[in-house]
Amino acid sequence: MQLTVNGESRDLKGETIGTVLAELGLDNAPCAVEVNRMLVPAREREERRLTDGDVVEIVTLVGGG
Amino acid sequence: MNLTLDAPEIADLTIGPCTLTSRLIAGTGKYADHETMQAALAAADCSAVTVAVRRERLLDEQGRSLLDFLDLDRYTILPNTAGCFNAEDAVRVARLGRDLLEQLDNPGQHWVKLEVLGDRTTLLPDPVGTLEACRELVTDGFCVLCYTSDDPIMATRIRDAGAACVMPAGSPIGSGRGIANPPAIHIIHQLLKDPAQGGDPDYPLIVDAGVGTPGDVTQAMELGADGVLLNTGIAHADDPVRMAHAMRLACVAGYHGARSGRIPRRLHASASSPWEGIISVIPGE
Repeated sequence: MQLTVNGESRDLKGETIGTVLAELGLDNAPCAVEVNRMLVPAREREERRLTDGDVVEIVTLVGGG
Repeated sequence: MNLTLDAPEIADLTIGPCTLTSRLIAGTGKYADHETMQAALAAADCSAVTVAVRRERLLDEQGRSLLDFLDLDRYTILPNTAGCFNAEDAVRVARLGRDLLEQLDNPGQHWVKLEVLGDRTTLLPDPVGTLEACRELVTDGFCVLCYTSDDPIMATRIRDAGAACVMPAGSPIGSGRGIANPPAIHIIHQLLKDPAQGGDPDYPLIVDAGVGTPGDVTQAMELGADGVLLNTGIAHADDPVRMAHAMRLACVAGYHGARSGRIPRRLHASASSPWEGIISVIPGE
């Protein structure tokens, strides 16, 4: 499936956010996800299916003021 | 009046659902490394620290993340919307931050430091976008700590929009110029807190941004701020940990100073030693 993940075009096998995170090695990382500019709460990740062309942002906390 | 030698107590600061034991809120950005940040935060003795929400890179060069260096039992994490230039993006980022802090079970999940900026050179707040985002986030259940300029009327507008705390900049973010316009902060304090002007003495006011020195922190507290939020002034000091100690002490100094009733300013001197019993010649007498 062709997705845009954090601004980069990626061809990924995963069909849900959960499986895509695992594919990216982020399944145990503290992160938050939005698809097409809408937050997908952590509790909904496993069930939430992705479709071709979805724009996914995966964010975490970094140092800031 | 207190005639004991015990250090007077500092009341906790309550902002929405969060209660802070320290009135210094420190940022976690711009440090040379995580270890320095960790030591500086401890030296500052803050109970809340700000963080930013960014695309996952997760690991630093040594394979470590910021969260490995923040004691989540000790610090209430205050996520910001830094880098947002419109209300819609700020709301997105706030929601992402909340989702992250819910997963971490940190009390910071209830609040956000709202920044909607005008441009990346001045980093001055966009007042229209700020108000728009503030209203939407309040509706969405957020406790909004709202970064703004030192415009007194804007401060009241933000309060009226439902923000839990107004956070005027002393001067532009990271500029180190201190409190550029002390009378403006004084007026904001009056409008927000003086019941005669429709204010509430318990409504929290935090000076955010521009702090360069411990003296700036003290001045902000003496002007009546309930707290000070700073980052660069510590993180980019030559000795960040020592500066963090100094900022902590400065905050305590300003807190007590503000509550001790300063002397009025006078044009001329007022001798501290008695005139009575003087043995010298006084010019003109």
